[in-house]
Amino acid sequence: MSSTETLARPAVTPAATPARRRRRRHPWVTGVALSVGALATAFPFAWMIVSALKPRRESMAYPPHLLPQQLTLQYFTQLVRQLDFGRYLLNTLAVVLISMVGLLLMAMAGYGFAKFTFRGKEPIFFLVLTTMMIPVQVTMIPTYLILNGLGLTNTLVGIALPTLVSAFGVFLFRQFMTTIPTEVIEAARIDGAGEGRIFARIVLPMSRPILAVQVVLTFITGWNSFLWPLVIASDQNLYTLSVGIALLNQQVATNPSLQMAAASLMVVPVLVVFVVFQRHIVQGFALSGLK
Amino acid sequence: MRPRATPYVLVGPATLLLLAFGVLPILVAGAVSLTDLDAAGLGDVSRVRGVGLANYAELFGDAAFWQAMRNTAFYVAVGVPSVVVVSLVIALLLNRSQSRFFRFLRSLYFLPAITGIVAIALVWGYLYNTQFGLVNYLLSLVGLGPVPWLSSPGLVKVSVALVAIWRGTGLNTVIFLAALQGVPKEYLEAAALDGASRLRTTWSVVLPLLRFAILFVTVTTVIAWLQFFDEAFVLTKGGPLGASTSISLFLFQQGFAGARFGYASAGSVVLFVVIAVITVLQLRGRRSDVEY
Repeated sequence: MSSTETLARPAVTPAATPARRRRRRHPWVTGVALSVGALATAFPFAWMIVSALKPRRESMAYPPHLLPQQLTLQYFTQLVRQLDFGRYLLNTLAVVLISMVGLLLMAMAGYGFAKFTFRGKEPIFFLVLTTMMIPVQVTMIPTYLILNGLGLTNTLVGIALPTLVSAFGVFLFRQFMTTIPTEVIEAARIDGAGEGRIFARIVLPMSRPILAVQVVLTFITGWNSFLWPLVIASDQNLYTLSVGIALLNQQVATNPSLQMAAASLMVVPVLVVFVVFQRHIVQGFALSGLK
Repeated sequence: MRPRATPYVLVGPATLLLLAFGVLPILVAGAVSLTDLDAAGLGDVSRVRGVGLANYAELFGDAAFWQAMRNTAFYVAVGVPSVVVVSLVIALLLNRSQSRFFRFLRSLYFLPAITGIVAIALVWGYLYNTQFGLVNYLLSLVGLGPVPWLSSPGLVKVSVALVAIWRGTGLNTVIFLAALQGVPKEYLEAAALDGASRLRTTWSVVLPLLRFAILFVTVTTVIAWLQFFDEAFVLTKGGPLGASTSISLFLFQQGFAGARFGYASAGSVVLFVVIAVITVLQLRGRRSDVEY
């Protein structure tokens, strides 16, 4: 890594050289170094997809071949037909959908904090922000006990509930919604619109950019969520994709092709979403800095 | 005229959920850590007994707990500098050009950050495999013998941490890139006119301006590694012989595999205190710095 720094260092030039020309000096050296790193970073995904399309004896062969000699889709069909992955997929989508309800609650809270003054607003908002600091692993066991007390273990709602609302999401909505002109809201009130209607017809449409970021992030975190589905649902009918894949290791004798097919099933949809909404995702993550 | 209840209706649901799953669990953990709650106690509350500080006493005498503590210290010591330095260097390089190609590269670096840990663990488990894994095959091409990545107690921590570093870099790269957008062009122009080399400009102008971003990334990365769980859980289950077990994984095993909720809650409280103290220390340590 640091060697690329020295490689890309421009030769000493007189101070009179325009800065612009110097900036263009060695972009290709940087480009090559970055490309090597990027390929190394992305390689495991390519290997995963290639291996999922190989028959088992090829994926276990030594030395490994980079490209499949024979292409097959049998492992994907096996996952869906024999191993119930269709159901896991539906459960995962259900968890994602329930998470979207949390999105609405976060938007509501953001609007409340952004555009209303009420008694206790500051301390409540501060409390919301402090929950950001509390690590999941610390609350894991007590949260399980709480859900168990509520009788929500082994339900899809129980899986989605602990992560339904994130303090960070509330914070983002609030930051964005403060930029909505108060006059617009007041005008609607004078025209006799109810609070619910104002929120649905004015505030939400005006918050479209932040909603887009949040929808994509919610989809990705819901889709990838692993800890809660594992802890809350011991009933196989409620497994999500991630849990099904984690247990695939234990129920199937080593079959790398099958495992890579399962991993692809989990990764490819997210990759598609990522490619389509890339700008939103990168922005959202840059803002959040935390999952 | 607006009803006074409106704002409370708006912020109530989200706030209550955050309290229920953020603040309340800490209190519950504190209370449960003073009892002998286990699977039997879950079914019948009358069997739960208060045990005072016995759980804490046992915890501090538990060799497995200290092993997990040492492993976590190793993960923090190796993981934090690696992630921060690597993502900072990648961000500085990516920032040299705003071309389409560089944006494409940026997204490649970002891929591991958005993929599910379980899939990642399967892929890396396959790459690390000692019989037919690609990593050992590539090493054999340059004459290095087979490496027992996940089965050697000495090496397993490094292998697991490598995957987490690979996964953690993309996100922080993006955060650094966002911060680099905020560096005023005039400063760079001025430094160039003064004849400063690019390396010198980066070191003396850009890095000081990135101070807050570096602090932010460092603090969040430290917290992330103190909670390290995913990779160790899915790649090795904490093995062999507990060599890759982190604190979080130890708590998980005690609480869910062993159903010793009281004991695991005591561990949760200890982890919470450790994270809080280390975070406060980091923030205080930086506050005394000179402001630019």
